[in-house]
Amino acid sequence: MAAKLTVHDPRGYPPQVVGKRLANRLESLDGKVVYLVDCLFESSDVFMAQLQQWFAAHLPAVVTRIIRPRASMMDDPDMRATIAAQGNAAIIGVGL
Amino acid sequence: MGLALALEKSGVPTIPVSTHVFARLAKATALAAGMPTLRNVFVPQPVVGLAAAELRAYIEGVDPIAKRPFMQGVIEGLTRPLSEEDFKGATFERSTPRLLEPDTEDNLQALFMRNSWTDFLPIILPTEERVERMLQGTRRARAEIVGRMRPTAFREAWEFDVEKVAVSAVMAGARPEYLPVILAMAASGISARSSSTNSFATISVVNGPIRNEIGMNCGIGAMGPYNHANATIGRAYGLVSQNVQGGSVPGETYLGTFGNFLNYTACFPENEERSPWAPFHVDEGFKANESTVSTFFGGWYTQSGYGPRATWKEKFIRCLTADHYTPPLIVMDPICARGFADLGFTKRALIAWCAENAKLPARDYWDDQWVTTLDRPLGVAGIEPFASRLKAAPDELVTLYTPDDIKIVVTGGETQGAFKMFSGRYMRAAPGNFLGGTPTVIIDPWR
Repeated sequence: MAAKLTVHDPRGYPPQVVGKRLANRLESLDGKVVYLVDCLFESSDVFMAQLQQWFAAHLPAVVTRIIRPRASMMDDPDMRATIAAQGNAAIIGVGL
Repeated sequence: MGLALALEKSGVPTIPVSTHVFARLAKATALAAGMPTLRNVFVPQPVVGLAAAELRAYIEGVDPIAKRPFMQGVIEGLTRPLSEEDFKGATFERSTPRLLEPDTEDNLQALFMRNSWTDFLPIILPTEERVERMLQGTRRARAEIVGRMRPTAFREAWEFDVEKVAVSAVMAGARPEYLPVILAMAASGISARSSSTNSFATISVVNGPIRNEIGMNCGIGAMGPYNHANATIGRAYGLVSQNVQGGSVPGETYLGTFGNFLNYTACFPENEERSPWAPFHVDEGFKANESTVSTFFGGWYTQSGYGPRATWKEKFIRCLTADHYTPPLIVMDPICARGFADLGFTKRALIAWCAENAKLPARDYWDDQWVTTLDRPLGVAGIEPFASRLKAAPDELVTLYTPDDIKIVVTGGETQGAFKMFSGRYMRAAPGNFLGGTPTVIIDPWR
């Protein structure tokens, strides 16, 4: 029977995950301001423009506004504050 | 994804749109952020380069992950009332044990491979005895925190200590005397396992007395598999990175479309003794008698040539402009470097010449997915040099790099007067460099 070895776990120490609840959902999008966040990846601007046109054609009661962060892949607190203060919902894309 | 989580936290219902290849990553990121029920929608990959009509078809089509109309997912995601699950969030500990359950060598080898803790080359199992021996390579306490690392800017950083670095150093086959170099690499905070879709690698350059003390090779084959220290230090940096940062698993914590051979190992010392110029670390403000390790993020392209022949300027310009998102780390054989020195070039002067002459028409400069994605917003915000490049007319030649972007290192065994240009961004904090860390770390305090 082969001998047993004790070895180290090579993984680092992950931070504790603290649960956060989702924001309350809207009863309806009618009359609400939905920010379309262009995350600045190539073609995201075209995607968001098409999404805005889709809302205009199919759900005209929804107010859509396209907004862009100052830089790609970086937090933009001013943009977040604008969305939180003036918007009711946000669609972000395209990317992570 | 980080933006969606932040907006949800501030009370704004949000739907992130991703392409379907990122579905596993989106789920893992939401879980790690404590918001596992974050509502996502997906469109097919790719989005980049598609025409408006094609993107409209995505919007009017089916979410390839949820198998329902894309817009149904968007609207329901913003309006469907929260369930009990949504209210809970998910708080949990994710501790990792110091030691694994005892098992046979075969079973442990299989476990390490199954858990993606290896680079799929054979590893040395990190037994208590071997790790103990490795720790003899440093005076630092085993439990001392070395730093934090993450595979990309939007993932959470994991913490690690001296012992964790020693564990992966053992796995890579490194010797205790190499440990200070590996600790310094890890302390940079720069991962050698970036999850960028561009399949970047991290190239490391060692300077100072430690090169010779531990027998590194800066002569013939310096960048190849011909030296134990070069090979295992580079490999250890990769294994440390993937293990302490919480993984480098395709689809979850690694998204590089090709991968990169330089991810296996990419570490070499400068041939300071045969260079006509001051060593790299001295250029960066360190003392000649200090030992340092410097990291360059790239490996996206490699250009090669000889020099300086009569036509070197044309050749250099072709190489420098062949790709232009990541700036070049220029590696020269000592013969090539001395050739430039004989022409009267200091290193600084040659770098200045490269920066001055690496130009493209603005139209070509901006016709690049990553330049457009990352640099254009900086130009719009008025940040130089991107703002000037943005203002240029389409046919106007724009410079691609500043002198600070371009680095030169001398290595090799003088069997050929060659140069190589690797994409290799010196990872200091700068506009557009969102993964910046400490690109040169002094090794001596880690001895």
